[in-house]
Amino acid sequence: MNAFLDYLLTAIPLGMTFLYGCTGEILTEKAGHLNLGIPGIMCIGGASGCLALKMMNGTAIPPFLIVIIAILASFAAGMAMGAIYSFLTVTLKANQNVTGLAMTIFGVGTTKFIMLGMAGNPMQYLYALDYFRFPFAESTTSLKYNGVMVYLAIAIALTASFVLTRTRIGLHLRAVGENPATADAVGINVSFYKYAATALGSGVAALGGLFYIMDYSGSYEAYKSIEPLGWLAVALVIFTLWRPHISIVGSILFGMLYLAGSRIPTLLGIQLDISATPLLQMLPYVVTIVVLIVTSVSKKRENQPPAALGLSYFREER
Amino acid sequence: MKTADKIRREPLFHVVKRDTIPFQKAMLIRVLAVVFALLFVSLLSLFLIKANPFEFIATLFEGTFGSPRRLWKFAKDSAVLLCIALAITPAFRMRFWNIGAEGQTLIGALAAVAMAIYFGGKVPNGVLLVLMFVAAVLAGAVWGGIPAIFKAKWNTNETLFTLMMNYVASGLVAYFLLLWTPSGSSVLGALSVGHLPVIVHEYLLLIVAVLLLTVLVYVYLQYTKQGYEISVVGESENTARYIGIGVGKVVIRTMLVSGAICGIAGFLIVGALDHSVTTDAVGGMGFTAIMVSWLAKFNPLYMIGTAALVTFLEQGASQITTNFNIDSAFPDMMVGIVLFFIIGCEFFIGYTLKFRESRKKGGTDQ
Repeated sequence: MNAFLDYLLTAIPLGMTFLYGCTGEILTEKAGHLNLGIPGIMCIGGASGCLALKMMNGTAIPPFLIVIIAILASFAAGMAMGAIYSFLTVTLKANQNVTGLAMTIFGVGTTKFIMLGMAGNPMQYLYALDYFRFPFAESTTSLKYNGVMVYLAIAIALTASFVLTRTRIGLHLRAVGENPATADAVGINVSFYKYAATALGSGVAALGGLFYIMDYSGSYEAYKSIEPLGWLAVALVIFTLWRPHISIVGSILFGMLYLAGSRIPTLLGIQLDISATPLLQMLPYVVTIVVLIVTSVSKKRENQPPAALGLSYFREER
Repeated sequence: MKTADKIRREPLFHVVKRDTIPFQKAMLIRVLAVVFALLFVSLLSLFLIKANPFEFIATLFEGTFGSPRRLWKFAKDSAVLLCIALAITPAFRMRFWNIGAEGQTLIGALAAVAMAIYFGGKVPNGVLLVLMFVAAVLAGAVWGGIPAIFKAKWNTNETLFTLMMNYVASGLVAYFLLLWTPSGSSVLGALSVGHLPVIVHEYLLLIVAVLLLTVLVYVYLQYTKQGYEISVVGESENTARYIGIGVGKVVIRTMLVSGAICGIAGFLIVGALDHSVTTDAVGGMGFTAIMVSWLAKFNPLYMIGTAALVTFLEQGASQITTNFNIDSAFPDMMVGIVLFFIIGCEFFIGYTLKFRESRKKGGTDQ
């Protein structure tokens, strides 16, 4: 197979891991909350999905239902994490950065706890690999990673984009993120929107973890690499300027960058010194930094983060 | 109000911001939060790992106070965590969300190791230690300074910038490790040079150095003009500009200081503990340090307590994994839960709930 096509077919599914996290984080940030717990939530999503798969192992449930139930379990676990985050930051008005980091510490730890419990026999959940890789499970090329959840990720991103820009709900949500006091004054239920956006966003992000374990990676050690991917997903939000439909392209680009270290040398047919690999692996991070700088220098109004991002809202505060 | 009452009842309670809270009361709330958290965790452990809650709590304490060796380890780990927490505090006081302490410390450690590798054996140990120290401090300051310059000039988002710098630092460490280990194993053995002298106990010098640094940072933040400027910029940039403080200058200078202290932490890790460097040399302490600093309300002296608390939890929890023979991931989970409780309890320090007054008592409206 053409080496470039193979590269692309690997980068797309890897990018979808970012896309789930990124779409989830955009929804949260649009409500004015910077959720640094996304990496932890993605881990939890993976772990709870696998736990659900383990419970369904050996039962007579048809494969497509197994996939749907696992996705729902992962989504629910993400929403629960989002609810904890919202309770702490919306109701108890805690610092968002600190709460988010605590979520990540908790999420990564809990995931390790759950996954180590199943480490003895990873087939307890990995049996479903082929179901997730439907319809290309039989493929011997990288096409096999482009299973059902790839399309789900794109569908969710497009829906999120539509809701945010074309519906009244989206308008209200953006108002809450830009200026909660004004939104409150016109009768929008600020807390409700913050809770809903954060919980839904966390649910979406959680699917990224499940997708990474059950489709892209398909190994019992996969859960260890979700956290760094989660941080990239958070960075991708800025890269794509808070627009879910742009993040579809952005995430694939990030996927390509992430793999550049291992793919570019073979693609160009050059022999690089082994010590160059770590440098190439820094690429996505360096590119993110460059994008951060460029967007901040250009200072276009429509490219700026939600104005009230990171600030707690207390009605009685002046 | 009376007419409104007929339409809708007054809610059961509403939230009011507190003006001030007595120090003892605030501390009581925090202690209660920790106690509740531990109760919750021990209950959880009853279900998850089938541990007797009393034994669980006892083991938690045994992990730290069980033997002199554990006590020394506890003091050492607290000191390193404290050092990194001290480093990020000036930046956090300024509301500059530096979550790149991990990378700043790592790059400091890398610089120190580089000095030991290139100059080891060519200069006396004392000179080498100075070289290592200077290199680590400079490297840390540069790593912290780069995001600050962009923040000051173009208001570039510092949270993600510093976060990405962590991965760049980790990539550089991986690169140099490959360079320095000809076999390509990437495992750098312990350096034979550049060790800090051992006084009484191998960890004592480190602990004393960090405590000294704590006092220095406290004085810097509390009693110097620069420390005052940091507080003003953190409270309100507009006020700072109004009274003639160059906000950009303060941001850059503070991040240089912040990065430099991270560099010191990196130097101490190399010189006193590891005598080597790996991509995992800081092991997530850059993030935990944020908790330590925030829990202490960015006060360096309180941080001694919060750093000890977090280390106590981690060490106690890892003792639990040994004693109850369970997987090693329980500590992280436990620390996360306790953090949730402590973060949540801050609400009751900053705000208070006012309950609806009973009508029968003749509760009159304003």
